[in-house]
Formats: sequence, structure tokens, C-alpha cells
Amino acid sequence: MAQVFKPSSNTYSKLVIFGALAAVGGIGLVGYLLNTSPYNTGAYMARSQPVPFSHKHHNGELGIDCRYCHTSVENAAFAGIPPTQTCMNCHSQIWTEAPMLEPVRASFRTGQSLEWTRVHDLPDFVYFNHSIHITKGIGCASCHGNVAGMNLTWSVAPLTMGWCLDCHRNPAANVRPREMIFDTTWAAADQNVLGEKLVSEYHVQPRQDCSTCHR
Amino acid sequence: MMMGFDPEAPAFDLTAIRERLSRTTGRTYWRSLEEVADTPEFRDFLEAEFPAAAEAIATSLDRRQFLKLMGASLAMAGLGACTKQPLEKILPYVKQPEEIVPGNPLFFATAHPLPGGAVPILVESHMGRPTKIEGNPEHPASLGATSALTQASVLDLYDPDRSQVLMRAGEIRTWTDFTAAVAEIMNTLRPAGGRGLRILSEPVVSPTLAAAIAKILAELPQARWHQWEPLGRESVREGARLAFDRVVEPRYNFAKADVIVSLESDFLFDGPGQLRHARDFSTRRKAGDESSSLSRLYVVESAPSVTGSKADHRLALRASEISAFARALAAELGVKVVKPAGLQDQAKWIAAASKDLLANPGRGLVLAGPSQPADVHALCHAINDKLTNAGQTVLYTDPVEELPPTLKDGLATLVADMTGGGVTALFILGGNPAYNAPAELDFVAALTKVPFTAHLSQQQDETSLHTLWHVPATHYLESWGDARAYDGTVTIQQPLIEPLYQGKSALEVVALLGGNQPVSDYDRVRDHWKSAVSVPDFEVFWRRSVHDGFVAGSQRPALDIAVRSDFLTYLAQLPASDKDSGELEVVFRGDPTIHDGRFANNGWLQETPKPWTRLTWDNAALISPALAEKRKLADGDVVELLLGSRKITAPVWTTPGQPEQTVTLHLGYGRTRGGHIGTGVGFSAYALRTVEDAWFASGVKMRRTGVHYPLATTQTHHNMEGRELFRTADLATYRAAPNFARDPEHREEIGGHDDGAVPSMYPDWKYEGNAWGMTIDLSACIGCNACLVACQAENNIAVVGKEQVLRGREMHWIRIDRYFEGGLDNPAVYNQPVPCMQCEKAPCEVVCPVNATNHSSEGLNDMTYNRCVGTRYCANNCPYKVRRFNFYLFQDWDTESLKGQRNPDVTVRSRGVMEKCTYCVQRINSARIQARKEDRPVRDGEIVTACQQACPSDAIVFGNINDRESRVAATKSDPRNYALLAELGTKPRTTYLAAITNPNPELVADAKSTARADEEGGQL
Repeated sequence: MAQVFKPSSNTYSKLVIFGALAAVGGIGLVGYLLNTSPYNTGAYMARSQPVPFSHKHHNGELGIDCRYCHTSVENAAFAGIPPTQTCMNCHSQIWTEAPMLEPVRASFRTGQSLEWTRVHDLPDFVYFNHSIHITKGIGCASCHGNVAGMNLTWSVAPLTMGWCLDCHRNPAANVRPREMIFDTTWAAADQNVLGEKLVSEYHVQPRQDCSTCHR
Repeated sequence: MMMGFDPEAPAFDLTAIRERLSRTTGRTYWRSLEEVADTPEFRDFLEAEFPAAAEAIATSLDRRQFLKLMGASLAMAGLGACTKQPLEKILPYVKQPEEIVPGNPLFFATAHPLPGGAVPILVESHMGRPTKIEGNPEHPASLGATSALTQASVLDLYDPDRSQVLMRAGEIRTWTDFTAAVAEIMNTLRPAGGRGLRILSEPVVSPTLAAAIAKILAELPQARWHQWEPLGRESVREGARLAFDRVVEPRYNFAKADVIVSLESDFLFDGPGQLRHARDFSTRRKAGDESSSLSRLYVVESAPSVTGSKADHRLALRASEISAFARALAAELGVKVVKPAGLQDQAKWIAAASKDLLANPGRGLVLAGPSQPADVHALCHAINDKLTNAGQTVLYTDPVEELPPTLKDGLATLVADMTGGGVTALFILGGNPAYNAPAELDFVAALTKVPFTAHLSQQQDETSLHTLWHVPATHYLESWGDARAYDGTVTIQQPLIEPLYQGKSALEVVALLGGNQPVSDYDRVRDHWKSAVSVPDFEVFWRRSVHDGFVAGSQRPALDIAVRSDFLTYLAQLPASDKDSGELEVVFRGDPTIHDGRFANNGWLQETPKPWTRLTWDNAALISPALAEKRKLADGDVVELLLGSRKITAPVWTTPGQPEQTVTLHLGYGRTRGGHIGTGVGFSAYALRTVEDAWFASGVKMRRTGVHYPLATTQTHHNMEGRELFRTADLATYRAAPNFARDPEHREEIGGHDDGAVPSMYPDWKYEGNAWGMTIDLSACIGCNACLVACQAENNIAVVGKEQVLRGREMHWIRIDRYFEGGLDNPAVYNQPVPCMQCEKAPCEVVCPVNATNHSSEGLNDMTYNRCVGTRYCANNCPYKVRRFNFYLFQDWDTESLKGQRNPDVTVRSRGVMEKCTYCVQRINSARIQARKEDRPVRDGEIVTACQQACPSDAIVFGNINDRESRVAATKSDPRNYALLAELGTKPRTTYLAAITNPNPELVADAKSTARADEEGGQL
């Protein structure tokens, strides 16, 4: 009786087995890449807003401090989105007729909030606290990028758990002097040396327990 | 009985149970009759990890179909996880209020007004939403404690069934329409001096409201004010009048009392003053070293109560016998009163108690509950006077409730006048008399005789249905007001939120009667206090009082009064009552969770297992095991109760500790218009209740109907197989061997287990920073459920409903286990709160296939809901059964108003997720972040868990066990400290301090002989 399997069958079977393994791995890899890609995380995508507010203009060019608008960033979990009142502090004096600012004036007139689109949106089961990060020397730019250079705002980080843990495992890569927290263009000459020094100086003890963020 | 039991099954073989209990030696704890009976059904129930869980899967499913379904589910679940987060909007304020920092809660001091005295509170507010009620630690009436009712009252604010519009005869009207109608009727009444005008209110604890009503009555001398409260304190007031010739309120000091004899007074649980009572009482029950002396509590009662469960000696007597008992006790103590015949069986008990009282003059206390008639109260006053306790352990003050000028103007007078046509306009300010008025007063029929009726209430309830006008009332968190606590201390009640609907306060409605003035409630309260106090700077006084939550020094002063001499002669003439007929009696009690029915639509309270019975979602006719045996009744058998011409049907519940010839009925159920939750749940015991026999009635007939009704109890869930979980000893044993709870020498007594080091295969952890731990003092715990409801409010815990409770799926993160010890008829009762033990070597963690439950560096067993896939392995492997699984979408995700209550710092869990106690990790995180920002360690006492904060008896201590100075470290080194199931080597972080009782040595021997009598089928 003739052989059922020809010698080439060996090659085919190997191809099938390894091909299948590669396919499974490949699907996994593609899934992972898709999942962490800006397509899914929304990073690097400027969001359209009711008023095309420019951080570059207000913060980068005019030099208004982050905390002028994000008032609670140093003492609460939430950094704070400025009330319409904050916009009107200046815009009741300047650009009072600008058509671009009509939604702001309308909001102030009617008492209806402006509806901004969230740029940085953590899932609801994640409890992030701005104030402790600021106190321990994490600058705005570490997560939000160079906001002072953005016209419309986008996010520069995937905001995934792995990304959070990268820093919680190695805070020295990001800790900066407290006086440089709000300077989004600042960069250390030698972050590793400075980071190590500041981590011990500021008693930075990042936690990696689940309940740090999930509760 | 549980589902899965044969409803037609005969009653338990109680004789066999008695025999089984008598055979055991040493301490015998048991949790339920089913457990002792050890029926095969009970075995089945226990052995199924989640009873009846498998039912949902059709049995016809074959292997192939199963695999298909599983494959499909897996694929769907996988794809389901691939959701892209949708874009979300963020809406800032237009003008941000000054104090509000989004993300940081604010706390405001206010008070929860209840008849008898308000509960002072601090309310947590998240961006304008009141979410959680905490006690006010600075207030003398509570010292920071709250009750389950107060904890749950925040849910009532968001109740979707609240009345939202003003109605006239079932049609929507406006407030302007109502003011016009009131003005019109008042114009016709005013010329006649208000003849025909009646106000019916609940007892008023608000000085401003009382003053406003008094002003109306002064302007309109013919108008009358009536009060009605189904669980009222008429007998207390009448008793005081008998003894002192004036209405006074006794105020007790349990911290000073060495010997307490309670005649049906549930002073630890039932207001007023219960929070302070529990705190003071517990300070005298925590056995410390030799220098501390424990108080001793004797309780005589006809219905099982929380106070009764804390008694060193509890005597179950029929309610009608207690009056004779009081006289026998008084005679023994030297008060000139004729000693009644009878009570021979109790003679030794009386002798021992009176000897104890006589040995502690000025340090004893005899008190009676409102369910006892005025005579008994008066006798208590005479006894306390005789023993020089008055002025020491009991003070007398003016009543806290503002009373109508003529006390006789009760509901009965009003109904008589209404029926007689003497009432033209009736304003009902709160309360629900159409539902809870005594049965012989046909309040609804009387209402039809009144041309103008208006009812102010938060719900369109039974009374609103029959009144011409219905005005939606504000919740107490929505309006300005003021209220006295039980000791008279005034709290300015400040609102946390604008009225959600078109609610009006009682102050606003009363103001209408005097002609509508455009004044806000804020101004009314403020103006009242401006004229009521003389302070140099009113603004300072006002701001301080509002901020602190109480008006400093506003406590009612003690009165210098003595028992009038002619009362003593009156006492001497009281006849020796005959030995009563021994007929079956009913006693009425407020429900321990939904009170008089006003909380019937509160899901948290409905699902709270009631103390002693552990029943949820229902009331039942509580009967003694002996009566059940005699009448061949099993739990859930529906009986007909006939009292005179009145009749109700009720399922029975066998309750050890119930007097044999007494049936206890809890009021508050059987609402017909109680909202989605409250309507049609249980039966209304008000139907049997009359003016005369408001608290107990003799001669009730009980007839079985043959119908069976399932009752949802949690007492058999999560059973722990009779291991020695609750540990207790009397004071003598404790003094001789303080570490009896762990001492190997007492191994026999504690169940034969070795608590020593057990080798473990679980990984070792090092805790270098904080190590959170908790102790629960079982001597202090009274089993009042405040912790349970506080936990529910803090941690967004879902309500599951009766059917799910029947399947053992209640979600409470902290449960109260109840143990009986001793004979069947009058066992000792112990309560043990069980939250997650936060094991250092946690069996749950190692079995999770998806790493959803992990060990934290501070020793918590973290639970990550978004990782959980619902295998339930962790719950299977938990020896303490403290994990809870969302079998369905128990949480209400849709009802808009309920969203306002949720704590934004805790995830709202969905279906298919395991959850459990986290030691309030949100509070830990917030305190740790604060401490780290200030570069300091977390201070002891900075983190207070929700259960600990609510606890009236200060039984729960939480803190860092690595901090040697901390309170929790001190309690962990208490010799009474022991761990639950320590022999498993799980090293739980939650440990217990064994309960110490202080029985009278003279009665201990007696108790043993009683136990023997019990075995012979005798009755105490």
C-alpha cells in the first residue's frame, strides 16, 4: 500500500502548526497594538470644543498660570474646569464682541454651562488624584504633554494602566522640582540623577496596590 | 422558612430540639431552630454554596449545547470587552460657589427630627448632593453616633415615590391656589375665634414650629391643636403626672448606673436618647482590669428587644403581668405598696434583683418602657426616689416634645369632634393617621365630615388619598428648621439642598393660617431665636450654633422635684391584682427597621435583618417555641388572629425568648399606599390596635389557616457549622482567666480549637508602613444595625429584594450574626457583626483566576471590580462567607433621583461582579493622600470607617496596628481579643473582643436549674 503521507506532508504540517501559532499570536499582537493605539485611546486627537480655546495662546503666549483656571489641582482629586465666570473675568473687558466667544457670553447670560468635550477621560472605575501627584513633584507635562504649545487640546498619553504603572514603578523618570511643576516646556538636564535625588527628598512612595486607584 | 423547604412540612420536632440542647455540656451556641433540628433540608441549604443558584440553568441542557453556549458566551464576552470609550462632556459651573471644590466633600451640621427628640448629624455633601449621614461627635445627645433609621433617612430624600406636586381632590394645583383656599377658609373661621379650626401634628420637637402654632392658638382661641404618634409616649407623661403632679421627662445616666432593671424599656435601641444610652451603657460593659466595674442589666419584657439581648438576666413575662411584677419589686424594695399575689415563679428573681438594687443605692436604676401603663412608670419613679437614684442615675426635665396646651386633645377627641361636625378645617402636618390611627376610630370616615382638609406629607399616602388638599412636604435635608434632641439641646436644622420638588415645610403651612407673610423659613427660625435668646452678639451666636450643629447650653436643666406624698398613699391603696387569666396576649411594637411605617418605602431598611429574628421584608407574628409546639405551627404558617371583632392574618415566626402566651406583632407593615417598595409588604397590625389597648391586649384567638407564606430570614445563611465563633464568659471566669478566649486551658469551653500559630502555604507579607486592622467589642455591640445601614449608604450597596434574600443573595458587606445560647424558651442572645476579615493569609486571593482580588501592601484584600469576571471562586474559598456576588443587576442604574445619593468615591457595581467590605478604602486613601501631602504619617483616629462612625456603643475600633500608640493596637492587646476561625491560620485583621457578662451569682445557680426545668419541658 502506498504511503498515505508524502514527505512533503511534514513541511505542510509544520507550516500549519506554526502558521496557526503565529496567527494566534499575530491576532493577539494586532489586538494589543490596536487597543493601545491612539485609535482606541484617543491620544493625539484634538477634540473640537464649543469655543476653540487655545492653551497655546493663554498659557504659552500670555503666560496665564495653569492654576488660574484649574484652581483645585493642588488640593483636590479633580483639577477643576474653570467656570464661565473665569473666562468673563477678562472677556468682559477684552474681545467683548468677538463672535468666537459668543458661547461664553451666552453661558454667562443664561446660566447654562458650557459643554466641553473631555480630552483626558479616565474610566469611571479609576480614581485619580491630581493633588498628590503635584505635591510629589509630577509636573503637568508628564501626563498632559506640552499644553502650552497646543492650540486645540489633545492628550499625549494612552492613559492605560500599564502607562500609569510605568511611572509608579520608576517615578525618578518623571519627578521634577516643585517650582517647575506648571512649566510644561521644562526638561531636566539629567533627569535620572535629578529624579533619584528628588524621589528621596520628596518622599515619593508610589503605590502599586489595586486599591490605590480602584475602589 | 427558606425556599426549597417543603411548605407542607410539619413543625419542627421541638421536643427533639429540647432534648438535643439538653444533651450538650458546657456552652452551647446555636443560630436557628433549623440548625439544632439539623433537618436534611437544612443540610442541603447549607451545602449549596449559593442556594438555588443552579435553578436558573435548564436541566435539559446536554454537553454539546453547553459547549456551544459557553463558546458563544466567551466570544461575546471577549468582544464585549472591546468597547471604545465614548466621548464624554464636562460641564463646569457658570459661577462656582465659593466653598465648593469639585472632588472634595463638604460637611454640614443639622438634625434628623424624630418624635421624642432629633438625632444630631453631619451630612456629607458632594457638589450639592447630600450623600451620607454621619453622627455629630460634638453633640452631647449622641456623641457622634447615629441609628439605622437616621442613616437610611438620606435615601428617603431621593425616593422616586415622593410626592412631587400639590393636589386638590386628585388634580394638580399650585401653591398659590392652596394659599388662596386657605385664606378663604381662614376668613370665615377668624371671626368666630377659629372655632372649627384644628391642627393635627406629630409630636413637635421644633421650638420655632411650636411657637408658630402657639401664636395661631393665641390669636384664635377657639382653634385646637392635637397630636398623634402611634408609638407615642403618653404613658411616660401620664406616669410622671401621677408621681410628680406635672409632666416631666426622665433623663437617664447609664454611665453612673451599676444595677439596671428595665421593665420593657428598650432604652438601647428605641428612642429617645438611645444613642447616648448605648454609648454610656457600653462604657460600663467593656471589662478592663480589676479596677473597672461592670454594670448589671436585668430586663423584664414581653417581646424580644435589643436591650433584652444585652441583659445579664432576662425574664420573659406577659405584658399584663409586668405591672404586678413592678409592684412586687417595689414592695421588696420598701416602697409602700401592696404586694401582689402570684409571681411565685419569679420570686427568686425579684429577690435577687432587689437585693442588688438595695446594695447599690444611688447607683441603681429602674425604668419602664412606653409600652407599660402609667402606673408602672409612676412606680419606677417611686422606686428611684426611694433608692436615692433620682438625681444620680435619673434626672427629670421638662419634656422635649412641645405639647399642646391640653394634653387630652389627642386623636380620639379630634375624631369625636370631626364625626360630630365640629370641625370645619383640619390641617394635618405630617403623620399618616388614616393608616395608623387606632382601629376603633374610623379616621377615614371622620375625614369625610370635614369640609376642608389638608395633608402635608412627603408621600401621597393613605391619608392624602382622603384629604381635599395634599401638600408635598420637604425632606428635613431640604428646609430650615430647628429641633431639640432628647436632652433638650437645640440644633438649628440647616438644609443641604433646595427642595427637589415643590415641597413645603410645616412652618410654611402654619404661617398660612396666620395670613401669608412673604418670609422664608430661614428668617422664621432666625427671628424665633433672635427673640428667644439674649446674647450680646446674635450674629456670632447664630453662626456658631448653625456651624456646630447645636446651641451651646440649651440642654433642658434638671428639675428639683420629688415624688408627691399623696402618690405614695395612692400606691399603698393599689389592689393586689389577681393572677391573670393566662389568656393569649398580643403585644404591639414599632418595627425595629421601618419604625411605625414611615420608613416602609425605604429599601435599605426593608432589607435590614431585624434584630433577634433576622427577618427581612416582612413582619410576622412572633410566637414562642412552646406555643408553636402546642399549636403545631411551623415558621411561615399563616394564622388568623382574632381580637374581639377585629381580625388579621399573619405568618408566624418561632422566636426563642418570647413569653409562651404572647404573640408579638410589629407595626408599620401592610401599607396600602406606601410607594413601590412599601405597598403590600407584610400585614398591618394597626388593624388590631385600639386606644385602650395600644400596646398589649389579652384574649386574642389564634387559628391556623393552613396557608404557608415564605419569610425571608438571613439567620441561616452563611452558617459556620457550630464552631466556636462567639466567645463569652461571665465576669468571674474572666477575672480568673482574662485570656479565656484564647487560653488553651479553656479550649474545651471555646470549642476545642487551638488558636496558636498554624503553618501556612500562603505567601508571607511584610507590612512596613500602615497595617490596617479592626477590633469589634462583643461586650459593647448591641446588634442595632446602624453599622449595616451606614455601610450600605457609604459603599453604594444594592438592595436585592425579598426573593433574592430567600436565596441567600443579600449584599450587605457587614452582617450581624445572631447566636442563641442555652435553652429553647429563654436563651441568651448574642450579636456578632461580621465584615470582611481582611486576612493576612487570605484564601480568596490565591484562587482568583484573573487577579481581581489582591493583597495590598497595607494588608487589605483589595477587590478590583472591573477585573472580576464572576467565577465566584473567591467566595467559595472564603471561610467567613463575607463576599457578595451580584447575581443580577441589583443596583438601580436607571432611576434618576437615586443617582443623587451615590457616593462618587465608590464604584457602582454591575451584574456578575464580586464585592465585599474594603475597610472603607476610599476613606483610607483620602486620609493617606492628605497625610502624604503634609509629609506625615496618618494619625490615629484620622480614618473612621462608616460602620465605626455610626456605632452607638463604640464597639468598632479601626486603625494602624503597626502604630503601637493607636487605639486599635491597644484593643488588639486586650486579653479578650480573639480571631474568628483562627485555627485556619488566615490571620484575620478583624478580630473580636470576647463578650463579658455580669450575671448575679445568686441567679446563676437558678438559671442552671431553669435549664434543667427546660429540659423537662417546663417553662420559666
